[in-house]
Amino acid sequence: MQPSVNVVSLVSVGRHPQSDRSRRADQDARAVELGLKLAGKNLTLVHAGDPENPVLRQYAGMGLDAFTVLRQKSYSDVLPIIGNFLTENNAHVVLMGIRAESGESSGMLPYLLAEKLGWPLLSRVADILHVENGKADVLLALPRGQRRAVTVSLPFIATVDNAAKDARQSAYGPGIRASITVLDAEQTADNMAASWAISPAKPRAKRMKVVKAKNAADRFKAATAKPVGGGGNVLKQGTPAEKAQAIFDLLLEEKVIR
Amino acid sequence: MSNLIRRDPRAERIARNRLHPLHASMMLAEQGEVRGPSGLIRKNPHLVGFIGPNGLKRIDRANAFAGTVNRQKRVSTAQEVVLPLHQVVNPDGYIVVVPDMVGGRLTSQDKDILGLAHSLIAQKGTGKSANMAVVAVCFGESKESQFDLAGVDRLIHLSSDVFDGFTPEARLSALMQVEAQYQPEHWLFPDSVNGGTDLASRLAARLGERPATQAWQVSTTQTVCRGASASTDITRETPRILMLLEECGTAIDETRHEVLSLSVESYDQVPARLLDKGLMSVDPNAVPLAEAEFILSAGNGIHNWDQFHECASVLGATEGASRVAVDDGFMPRTRQVGASGTWVTARVYLAVGISGAIQHMQGIGQCGKVVAINTDAGCDMVKRADLAVIADSEAVLAELTKLVQEHHASKVQEEKHNAA
Repeated sequence: MQPSVNVVSLVSVGRHPQSDRSRRADQDARAVELGLKLAGKNLTLVHAGDPENPVLRQYAGMGLDAFTVLRQKSYSDVLPIIGNFLTENNAHVVLMGIRAESGESSGMLPYLLAEKLGWPLLSRVADILHVENGKADVLLALPRGQRRAVTVSLPFIATVDNAAKDARQSAYGPGIRASITVLDAEQTADNMAASWAISPAKPRAKRMKVVKAKNAADRFKAATAKPVGGGGNVLKQGTPAEKAQAIFDLLLEEKVIR
Repeated sequence: MSNLIRRDPRAERIARNRLHPLHASMMLAEQGEVRGPSGLIRKNPHLVGFIGPNGLKRIDRANAFAGTVNRQKRVSTAQEVVLPLHQVVNPDGYIVVVPDMVGGRLTSQDKDILGLAHSLIAQKGTGKSANMAVVAVCFGESKESQFDLAGVDRLIHLSSDVFDGFTPEARLSALMQVEAQYQPEHWLFPDSVNGGTDLASRLAARLGERPATQAWQVSTTQTVCRGASASTDITRETPRILMLLEECGTAIDETRHEVLSLSVESYDQVPARLLDKGLMSVDPNAVPLAEAEFILSAGNGIHNWDQFHECASVLGATEGASRVAVDDGFMPRTRQVGASGTWVTARVYLAVGISGAIQHMQGIGQCGKVVAINTDAGCDMVKRADLAVIADSEAVLAELTKLVQEHHASKVQEEKHNAA
């Protein structure tokens, strides 16, 4: 890894899904893990929010001596100050989770940063293979366990998928001993979010199977009869070679054979 | 008028009275179906059976003489239902839906979103503002044949090869052109891992709009979204750009739509900053069975297991198995598909030698295309399959392996030729 590449991981305060306690956010911790793989101890760890929050020590406990906090009140807009911080510090690779585990968790921050800075953005990164000559080879995580290789030039922003390597365990002592640099930044109030009503999530009703039959005979049939497929193609005649060809054509058409 | 069921009291009287001189001829004429007063088909028990050689009436319940007696075969009257056509003439506004189109077809989430778009229009009432059309924007190759039944009034199909593969920047520039040309009232995207969220976020950032993400209850004025990793509900005004969760609306099922194609003027060809190097080859058996895209599944009909494993690795398919194959020890329990195993969601499911017990059919309920290779033409798997091959599995698998190997070899040749 060349020392000239400046890797920044943006972290937020997570929320344990069952106990509701604050914790290090899962995807953000993976972003820190990926940053540590790329830059080692030179990784810049940045959080915008309350510097007193003990959860930040859990990120530092992954093997960092220092981290930076941009002081913000809760529910203020962090986009301007993070954008300024990244340009001032000449970041090359910016890593973060896909969605925060608290607040709106819209997942828009990386997109807004990329738009503001004019940098390319990659979402759902599984791994960054190497960064060389101002270019990075990145593996994207696709649904169904697939991977796509993409090359992108520096600087860029990447969000880290759950398919990336698990975050290492956090060590308590080194986390407590890590030094914090607190930068006071101007506050931008999020006026639009102030008008929203926020309530605990209501469980969503499961969709019922509704049978729209006009008469009792059809309803009875829908309740009891086996579902029949839409009458597929049945090949009885022909040699095995012809039959295999028919299957092969279907597989090619569905693009499962490349 | 003609489909009203009218009783004929005279004919009924004659039918009841077997001594009536017209009874025999009347009953002969009425060989077709008889409908009761409510319109239900009534069976006439007197017409069942035939007169046997000794002059007694016989009912052939075992169906042994099916071929010999000239019985009338009832043709199933499955009528093709033509749904009423929903037309939008000279729309005053548009709601644009950008479906995921996984594998070139609308997903159930896409269909729900199209239904939601129509319900948003319906909520606007019947005034001039409600004369709006639902536009679907599709990228790349489309295999969907039922856009009309899913509720697409207008279709923008961008099939140029600049949208193939991973091209979020090209797609964004096309969407920006759609925005400039049609100024849609709402942009609806699926909030999914299949690219919907990514594209929607890019568009929202470019337009400077604040989108609603993970929305699940949407009306024209108010939207309820999930927030804080789905632990809170955020109630807010409905914005222009919405990313919608699954089951956010109900799909269209009672109307047909026009699917008129709309054109997009030339869009900017942006220089791609993200260079797509193609899909990586992943070990198919490392992919969890529940989310594998292509499964080759084995059942009781497989005898040559080495050949089966070789075929799976050549095809690049994830291996699955029926309960019998697992119980007999040929496959590990983790590979079992069905009620007590894994419920799979494969896009293509190739079932070899599986007859299709109901427990297995439950497991493949969400699969897209099912291909069956079986020796028994009457089994349930053949009835479910989109393509069924009645043959010995060993011969077909051998031929299939050979075909795919030839295909790969020709691909390698072609690449060498192109490189030279």
